[in-house]
Amino acid sequence: MIELTVNGIKHQVDVIPEMPLLWVLRDELGITSPKYGCGVAQCGACTVQIDGAAVRSCQAHIGDLAGKSVVTIEGLENGAQHPVLQAWIEHQVPQCGYCQTGQIMQAISLLELHPKPTDQDINEVMSGNLCRCGTYPRIRTAIHAAAAKMAEK
Amino acid sequence: MGDIHSISRRAFVFGSAALAGGIAFGSYSSAEPAVTSGNGNPLAAGLGPNSVSFNPWVEISPEKITLIAQHVDIGQGVGSVQPIMIAEEMDLDPGQFEIRFAGPSPAYFNSGFADDFVPFLAADQSPAAEAARAAELESLRKSGLQQTGGSSAVPDTYKKLRIAGAVARETLKVAAAKRSGVPVADIRTQSGHVILPDGTKIPYVELSAEAAKIPPVLDVKLRDPSKWRMLGKPMTRLDVRSKVMGELKFGIDLKMDGMMYASVKLNPNKGQPLKSYDASKARSMPGVKRILEVKNGVAVIATNSWYAMKAVEAIDCEWAPSTYPAEQADHWKILEASFKPEFLGKEWRKIGDVDAGLKSGRLIEAEYRAPYVAHQPLEPLNGIGIVSEAGMEIWVGHQSPQFVQSIAAAAIDLKPEQVTFHNQWTGGSFGHRLEYENVRVLAEIANQMRGTPIKLVFSREEDFLQDIPRQIAIARHKGSVDKGKIVAADLQLASTAPLKELLERSGIPSKEPDAQLASGLWNVYYDIPNFRATTYEAKGLSPCTTWRSVGASTAGFFTESFIDELIHAAGLDPLKARIEMCAVPTYRKLLETLAEISDWKGPLGNGKGRGVAFVEAFGTPTAEVVEVTMTDKGVRIDKVWVAVDVGKVVDPINFENQVQGGVVWGLGHAINCELTYAKGAVQQTNYNHHEAMRIYQCPVIEVRGLENDPKVRGVGEPPVPPAAPALANAIFAATGMRIREMPFNKFIDFV
Repeated sequence: MIELTVNGIKHQVDVIPEMPLLWVLRDELGITSPKYGCGVAQCGACTVQIDGAAVRSCQAHIGDLAGKSVVTIEGLENGAQHPVLQAWIEHQVPQCGYCQTGQIMQAISLLELHPKPTDQDINEVMSGNLCRCGTYPRIRTAIHAAAAKMAEK
Repeated sequence: MGDIHSISRRAFVFGSAALAGGIAFGSYSSAEPAVTSGNGNPLAAGLGPNSVSFNPWVEISPEKITLIAQHVDIGQGVGSVQPIMIAEEMDLDPGQFEIRFAGPSPAYFNSGFADDFVPFLAADQSPAAEAARAAELESLRKSGLQQTGGSSAVPDTYKKLRIAGAVARETLKVAAAKRSGVPVADIRTQSGHVILPDGTKIPYVELSAEAAKIPPVLDVKLRDPSKWRMLGKPMTRLDVRSKVMGELKFGIDLKMDGMMYASVKLNPNKGQPLKSYDASKARSMPGVKRILEVKNGVAVIATNSWYAMKAVEAIDCEWAPSTYPAEQADHWKILEASFKPEFLGKEWRKIGDVDAGLKSGRLIEAEYRAPYVAHQPLEPLNGIGIVSEAGMEIWVGHQSPQFVQSIAAAAIDLKPEQVTFHNQWTGGSFGHRLEYENVRVLAEIANQMRGTPIKLVFSREEDFLQDIPRQIAIARHKGSVDKGKIVAADLQLASTAPLKELLERSGIPSKEPDAQLASGLWNVYYDIPNFRATTYEAKGLSPCTTWRSVGASTAGFFTESFIDELIHAAGLDPLKARIEMCAVPTYRKLLETLAEISDWKGPLGNGKGRGVAFVEAFGTPTAEVVEVTMTDKGVRIDKVWVAVDVGKVVDPINFENQVQGGVVWGLGHAINCELTYAKGAVQQTNYNHHEAMRIYQCPVIEVRGLENDPKVRGVGEPPVPPAAPALANAIFAATGMRIREMPFNKFIDFV
């Protein structure tokens, strides 16, 4: 049994230590917002926070996560009131939506790093997150909008 | 289903024998057949007590209102706009109804294919063209073919869903009149309620039992668009919030009690069987429950998807070799040799004397190429299936519900009606979910695991290996210019045939030439006195299928690049010349609008270049200007302007998003993507080999929607085809270098 904390709740899972966090979340714990897209850190759809940092959950082995805190979009403190989620809704970023939870988790991390990101900052941090539908113009707009909203506070 | 097959084959025959025989057709206009669809109401059988359904799209029980989405949502937003079209007329607000995807039924036949399936140009509104479309519509109705594709969802449903909503509204008013004794004329509706003259509000759900006892009111009048509350105005897609919150369940997110997980390794020599395998290593791996053989490979059943994927990876397989060439170079050789009479698809259009025209003036010749590319929506192929004595139940996101039934049934000797299909929200498609690899294999696996729900998930690598790609194509174009004018254009291409092959795999083979190969080739609206468009269909190559914008994704690149070459040779301005040559007034207006929004002023200089392209696909004319800058790191795509005419923009924000996405799709694959075969398998097996566009390469994209077209058109695909030629033409303007082959990054670097 491996113990793990997700969104503040402790879980015990009976899997091998090499199993990626992504699949533990999805198949063992039923938390489906992190998505399987590539399995090799090429698409970013599985992005979650581990101890506050954005991580590709397909690359994090469960055996290495003892004592660490995992947060998925379901566990964000402000929920739907989070300024990044608000911006994503207001600017209607998603099309199919499959990559968007990963995009949002990455964008939250970007805004912690760069509270007022330039387009270049956005390119550098967000280029690991693939969107096959091509919502990039709206992702960029939503990040700038969220940054402005967060700066007001 | 046998009937559907034989009849729908007729529906797919491009052109109508009946029309050629001179039979006159009455005009199709009345509301009644559109709503009842002439094909019954599949909701009637499943209604609970005191519930009512007025037509195949509206269901009301004492507890809730459910609106049925017949087209599946593949990211294009129809999971939202379909119910909103009903809700607009029904006086419902978002939040007052649930949405369910339609099950398979001929009631949901796609009327939106009628325009594209006849051998007339989209801009041709002549009586003969309209009569052919009317005949095609009746043929589609008889076929009962239910399918999402061809940018047809809004054209198909724009009228019928509003009628469906109006019928529900009027019938509920009659029910309220009967209950209250108040004349119907004095009753109105608002926000999910019938409202009596004294202000009494009756929720729709309270009238369901009484409404069920009266025949639906079919004589309804649709509201004028000026009265719309939601349509045509900036509105929030119904699925945006749940997608942002991570709450929306895609097909891959479903879970069932007692479910087991499966993953597969299939013969990468597409369509060929498994010869033998050694699973000794996989058997003892963690979580593995069973190893199964399927027709073209092996499957592992395990306690989660990852265990299944890891174990199936460890199985050694021996495959039957491919029937197409093992190596990519030989694919090109076959294609190069296909410009011969025995491979003729069709001469689609001939104007003037092309041979004489080519001899006058300056001759220009050019060859263009487009490779195989993959669809690769981010949600990999998946599905849940359970097989029992009674049949199979399947949960999968798919564009062709009836063919899911027939394909799954054929795989395990069932009758199609024994397969119960539940469509799902999908993480994209781009044509991928018109194919059946996951459906067939899931049926085979679940049949060997009877009674246990099986969730199949393809690994990304397996998805790439089994992805039936976009067509491969070569164009050999000739033209001539004289005295500052284009005198002749002789457009020829050889290609594999995507739609024809899809039809064959769907069980409805067609002997007709593949009309998709003509899209972007024959529908050229420039006034060129000598013009010919001819397609050749190569044989013996990789299977191929429809990929976002299908034929026009390749032919649009060839044609609009070549037109640009002719315009340049004639010494003309690329955009002004297109405007002057444009023979269709609404299309000319589109090009003029593009010049206006892009502030087109000719050459830019200073390492900058602008290119333009104009393609009509699926009836929707789209024109784009791309601006690039040459930098020391390569070409940077700065900005794209797009003008699209869809007749009516029903969902403006989503419209803009779709157009931007189409441009990103067109540019990204033109720059970065190809699939190549080696030893019978594609060499690209994950996104690092087939990236398309990431945010750092994405330009600013400015969109203008026009409403001049006399018909309502779709927008999911048409913005794709002009993107590649507009970019190639921009690179030419900036550098003098003509790139005539995709992907462009083989010839020039991009930032």
